Amino acid sequence: MATKAVAGSDKKPMKKETRNTLIAYSFIAPNFIGFCVFTLVPMVFAIALAFCSWDGVNAIEFVGFQNFIDLVTDKTFLAAFKNTIVYSVAVVPLTLVCALGLAVSLNQPIKGRNFFRTVAFFPYVASLVAVAAVWNMIFSPSMGPVNMILSALGMVMYLAGLQGTNPELEEAAELDGANRWQVFWHITLPQLRPTTFLVVVTLTIASFKVYDQMYMITQGGPGNATITLVYYIYNVAFVNTPKYGYASAVAMVLFILVLIVTIIQFRGSSNDDT
Amino acid sequence: MDIWTKIPLLTFIKNSAKLTIIVTLLQLFTSSFAAYAFAKMEFKGKNALFLGYIATIAVPWQAYMVPQFMMMRSWNLNNTHLAIICLQAFSAFGVFLMKRFYEGVPSELCEAARIDGLSEYGIWARIMLPLSKPVLSTLTIITFVNTWNDFLGPLIYLTKTELKTIQIGLRMFISQYSAEYGLIMAASVIALIPVLVIFLALQKHFVQGVASTGLKG
Repeated sequence: MATKAVAGSDKKPMKKETRNTLIAYSFIAPNFIGFCVFTLVPMVFAIALAFCSWDGVNAIEFVGFQNFIDLVTDKTFLAAFKNTIVYSVAVVPLTLVCALGLAVSLNQPIKGRNFFRTVAFFPYVASLVAVAAVWNMIFSPSMGPVNMILSALGMVMYLAGLQGTNPELEEAAELDGANRWQVFWHITLPQLRPTTFLVVVTLTIASFKVYDQMYMITQGGPGNATITLVYYIYNVAFVNTPKYGYASAVAMVLFILVLIVTIIQFRGSSNDDT
Repeated sequence: MDIWTKIPLLTFIKNSAKLTIIVTLLQLFTSSFAAYAFAKMEFKGKNALFLGYIATIAVPWQAYMVPQFMMMRSWNLNNTHLAIICLQAFSAFGVFLMKRFYEGVPSELCEAARIDGLSEYGIWARIMLPLSKPVLSTLTIITFVNTWNDFLGPLIYLTKTELKTIQIGLRMFISQYSAEYGLIMAASVIALIPVLVIFLALQKHFVQGVASTGLKG
């Protein structure tokens, strides 16, 4: 970077525009080079690999859509796919309600508010591995801990969203004789609509990637009852005989799931602006 | 004091601490540096480059972890800490988050500094950085927590015991000493302390940082 800094402040007369561009590139370069090499290249490679068969030893073989055709009849994959969806559908609404409840109560001007905020955020800080270990001991592999981690994240977003609501509206409604529940339901909640949308999308994407708890608590079992897409990718790629091409095909399915949610979000948020 | 002798817990903590600190510092530096150019400078190819970043935010790491691993292995980087640092330190998310914040800083501040003869690097270091405490705190918490708690990355890349991190170490208590939950709890608490300290130290700025950037997880 030192050399680039020198290149930016040269003595020769150079067009101001070119010089600015060079300086800007020098700002971006440290991050962008790392980002390209370690993220962008593997990403492109992953897409290509989904159409190939490779065990890491022999030559890469192009197989077209064969991996995807195999997926349709792969019972483990179908179980993983179903589990991932079921998990998301179950976890997201529950988490949303928890997050909103926490945020609204922690937005009240109560004594020791910061302390309670910290406590509520605690599950996000705690590692999934440690939490899962505890649940493993209690031997009740419920969705509790995960829920709390996600809702902590949702809570912070809601807290941030609540800072942006207009307190005058709420005061006006209270003066007009609305009770607290009515104020919340008719005044506060509609103002939080963009936040709710963001939280739902974030939670959905996060829950698609669920992995740690399954690894810690059930190892995907019994049978394939708790296997998820990410867990299956790991199994196919890194356990027993590696099937890198096939693993990439599963990864593409995960990517498409996330992409769909992202597109919905993009549409939704641009609607909000108009 | 069994937890220190049954598995090399101290080594694991040292490894985790080393990785987390390096990744967080790199992430903060490179992200804020790049975000400054995206938010406050005009240059050729700006939109195209930024689109490249945005496009990848939606791609889960798990979707390309396999090719990434093979790439690292072909460079003999598996079983090194460098691999974990490389794959965690340069995130599109960091740039995106910082850019959102920098856009909210009035451009007049930068203009005034430019007229006074401060270079772009000077503006970044003396004006932008001191103003960006909330977003730096937010990014620090997120990066620190993610790296410290990361499980899948170290699980794939670090197979030698002396390289493993605390999260993988916790797992060792389960596989080797399945009945010793007391040890797991003790080790879990120890694993929790650093993230808690970071969070408590920075939490004052945290909600503010989220509010001003429209954070996405």
